[in-house]
Amino acid sequence: MGLTSQSTGLALWENDLNIEKLTPGDKVIALSGNPNVGKSTVFNSLTGLNQHTGNWPGKTVTNAQGRYRHNDVNFIMVDIPGTYSLMANSVEEEVARDFVCFGNPDAVVVVTDATCLERNLNLVLQTLEITARVVVCVNLIDEAKRKKIKIHCDTLAKRLGVPVIPTNARSKKGLEKLMDAVYDTAYKRINVNPIKITYDETIEQAIRRVQDKIRNRVDGKINDRWVALKLLDGDETILESINKYLGINLFDDCGLLELLDQTRNALSDNHNGHGQLRDMIVSHLIRIAEELGREAVTFEDKQYNHIDRKIDRILTSRIFGLPIMLSLLAFIFWLTIAGANVPSEYLADFLFGIETKLTDLFTSLMAPEWLHGVLVLGIYRTIAWVVSVMLPPMAIFFPLFTLLEDLGYLPRVAFNLDHYFKRACAHGKQALTMCMGCLILHDIREVPPALA
Amino acid sequence: MMNDKIVPLNFVPIGKTAKVKSLISDGILRRRMLDLGLISDTVIEAVQKSPSGDPIAYWIRGAVIALRSEEANKILVEVN
Repeated sequence: MGLTSQSTGLALWENDLNIEKLTPGDKVIALSGNPNVGKSTVFNSLTGLNQHTGNWPGKTVTNAQGRYRHNDVNFIMVDIPGTYSLMANSVEEEVARDFVCFGNPDAVVVVTDATCLERNLNLVLQTLEITARVVVCVNLIDEAKRKKIKIHCDTLAKRLGVPVIPTNARSKKGLEKLMDAVYDTAYKRINVNPIKITYDETIEQAIRRVQDKIRNRVDGKINDRWVALKLLDGDETILESINKYLGINLFDDCGLLELLDQTRNALSDNHNGHGQLRDMIVSHLIRIAEELGREAVTFEDKQYNHIDRKIDRILTSRIFGLPIMLSLLAFIFWLTIAGANVPSEYLADFLFGIETKLTDLFTSLMAPEWLHGVLVLGIYRTIAWVVSVMLPPMAIFFPLFTLLEDLGYLPRVAFNLDHYFKRACAHGKQALTMCMGCLILHDIREVPPALA
Repeated sequence: MMNDKIVPLNFVPIGKTAKVKSLISDGILRRRMLDLGLISDTVIEAVQKSPSGDPIAYWIRGAVIALRSEEANKILVEVN
């Protein structure tokens, strides 16, 4: 076979999900959540400037890590990709799942969106099936209040059996409590009693049979009930991951594979084929989420979204949608270009004024001409040009774009343009990258299967 | 019973609600739809068409989600 990374032990190093700690007492916290729930705001608010980014081992998915200190303990927060589920349907989901399962986090914070909590509970429940050390962060609580949605966090905490903390990360509201809950969870100072998710009795029996077999092999390093469920669900990637991160090869366990095959076939017969079985497992979690939503969320004003919808109707209407969008984007470009001229000129005047002074300084020090050429006419002048030309437009364009993003206009742009971009074999989301003047290759590959 | 009322989701008129009856996709697309909460008996409202008529935005479990017709026609619903 020759020297492969597998045989030289390099694989072990490449696949290492362990997070580097400054001191052995540091606690590792995984930050997960659905996309667009303000996960990065929570991350930034907690860790400030103590961040660095990299890639997940072997994957081109960004991995951001940051540190914060609370109650004299260092916490390392790992921002795992935002996903709707942990079913390993995509690279992001696989990375998220693998870190929760094999990264040994001391706690997992699941950030949820208070304005559509029920939908987010699916991920919370899936996480709770893997580990009990979960803190649920109900973010955007102020936005929910504005929309007259009341979240009963105590009820939810009681039902889920883990801490549920309301936050508004942008205004730093609730973050202190969140850090307390994370601290308590990481140090096991609170009793957690995670909600038991019980499936149909035939599925439960099957889980028990497979689980017993797995327990002997994995030795408590991973939740065996969950692995059994995944295997019955037909998710083979979990076997690879167990092999990769725990070094336990279950592929050659003929007894287990045979039992699995048998049990799955029996189950399929019971549930009109394997597809039905999968649906049942997923549907079950969604129904529990629905039930929890009914108990823990009150819509005080059922018409709350009427104004939002009216605005939406105009912004994406057949007649006004495109004109409004084009004029808005044109206005932003005009503002960027016209607005940048004045500060650009000031900056250029200022920086080139310094250049004259520098030249004077070099002459008075009788520095050699080549040194003056390299440092002042070369390096300094180039930097001065770049800064005076680039900085003002960026300082105008990016805040404006962020504003559009915060207002939620960008998804509407994608919605308006999707059809036209689809004809070019791209999709609406790419309109935004084009607006920003560059097409990032990663985005092209990222076309989700559902939209491709 | 009233089988004639079962139509693909993209045939639901704007402003009307419908109940999910079955998904006729499989593999990852089916998974994604289930993750969106599109299990049987889920109530969906057709909210808004995009300027070109496709995609269409739907109200699904507390969020507005845009689906292209090629995705929506794989979701069979019963119009209320």
